[in-house]
Amino acid sequence: MTSRPNGEPLVRLSGVDKWFGELHVLQDIDLSIDRGEVVVVIGPSGSGKSTLCRAINRLEPIDKGEITIDGARLPDEGKELARLRADVGMVFQSFNLFAHKTVLENVALGPVKVRKKSKAEAEGRARELLERVGVASQADKYPAQLSGGQQQRVAIARALAMEPKVMLFDEPTSALDPEMINEVLDVMVGLAKDGMTMVVVTHEMGFARRAANRVVFMDGGRIVETAEPETFFTSPQSDRAKDFLSKILTH
Amino acid sequence: MSPVFDNIDQFVDGFLTSLEIILWALAGALPLGVLIAACRVSPIPPLRAFGTFWVTTFRNTPLTVVLFFCAFGFPELGINRSFFFFGVLGLVLYTSAFVCEAVRSGINSVPAGQAEAARSIGLNFTQGLRYVVLPQALRTVVPPLGSVLIAMMKNSAVVGAFGVGGDLWSTGASLTSAQGYPTFPVYVGGVAVGYLIITLTAGALLQLLERKVAIAR
Repeated sequence: MTSRPNGEPLVRLSGVDKWFGELHVLQDIDLSIDRGEVVVVIGPSGSGKSTLCRAINRLEPIDKGEITIDGARLPDEGKELARLRADVGMVFQSFNLFAHKTVLENVALGPVKVRKKSKAEAEGRARELLERVGVASQADKYPAQLSGGQQQRVAIARALAMEPKVMLFDEPTSALDPEMINEVLDVMVGLAKDGMTMVVVTHEMGFARRAANRVVFMDGGRIVETAEPETFFTSPQSDRAKDFLSKILTH
Repeated sequence: MSPVFDNIDQFVDGFLTSLEIILWALAGALPLGVLIAACRVSPIPPLRAFGTFWVTTFRNTPLTVVLFFCAFGFPELGINRSFFFFGVLGLVLYTSAFVCEAVRSGINSVPAGQAEAARSIGLNFTQGLRYVVLPQALRTVVPPLGSVLIAMMKNSAVVGAFGVGGDLWSTGASLTSAQGYPTFPVYVGGVAVGYLIITLTAGALLQLLERKVAIAR
């Protein structure tokens, strides 16, 4: 790890609760993420891990508690929220590239419309980022013409183009064929090494071991256990984590 | 067919007047309908309520009633314009409700992830709609929107009959009832052909547009 946690946390969730109707999907969540820290969120499906990730840029509004990013409270709606989201990169399970725009346009759209950069500048920077994630040769194609792994790397470049303070990954490899998972994870490991602050919802143990500072284990809407990756995978403390790991590690 | 050729000048005039009504109504109803659709999907509850109210009002009121209100209601309120203006206004208000719903069906056909991705790179609601959602909605919107617009073109006859006058339908009416020409050749050979020229051309243009906005997924 290049940078160790220091100073004021970049992302802080305190006393966060959220309900989907009757379902109490986030229960009294407290979590602080420091600058440069990589946190992997793991847990069974329905544990609230994706909701937690999406709450950080308010794609899911919360019902109680407070979320701050770089010291600023997450605004409710409108311009302030849009400004904040520009500083928080998001990578989705299903890529969500803009289907009617080329790869290059996908990456340059935010910088042009939100950061008000010139088209030439934004496209120049977009090409650099596409180079960095290894899909520069696909710049003029449409998303549907790319493989899943390529699309996800473009999605990472699109998020990076906004120069975010923190990147959120919501199961970034779950929709990929096995042979494409590594090309995406390699890019993510590279980002982690460069000191990007990251929240990653994933089941990829390899990634957690290689890149994460901390593993957060969730179940039933609560954070059950937090530990360093090696400690978590070799000697989990809670029964729920032991049970979960025994199920996914036997295969 | 001589009743048509004898009065071809009048038919051409009628055709141009119909076209004028249609083009003005198009210029009004399309942007207004898109705007109301934006209201209906907006995150702001009062705007959503306004959009719903608008659609409910104009979609469920007969066109003739809307026209009556425009032509006689507005003057009561002290707003005086030409019959042509009020006729077109009525058609615009009425059609905008249908345009809105066609556009909204297109917006709903775009996967939610597209709007989420737009928001997550910091685009605000209007930008997300304009740069990401609407361009993709257009593809699904063209066929239903085409039907709405062609219906609007034919509804221009109601506007003409309502008192604007001088359009294709009114030309036919005055030739048959005031000048005693036979009904069949006037309406089939003149009036219907005139409307067909407009609607078939519109249909062909819509098909071209549909091919142009088709995107790979």
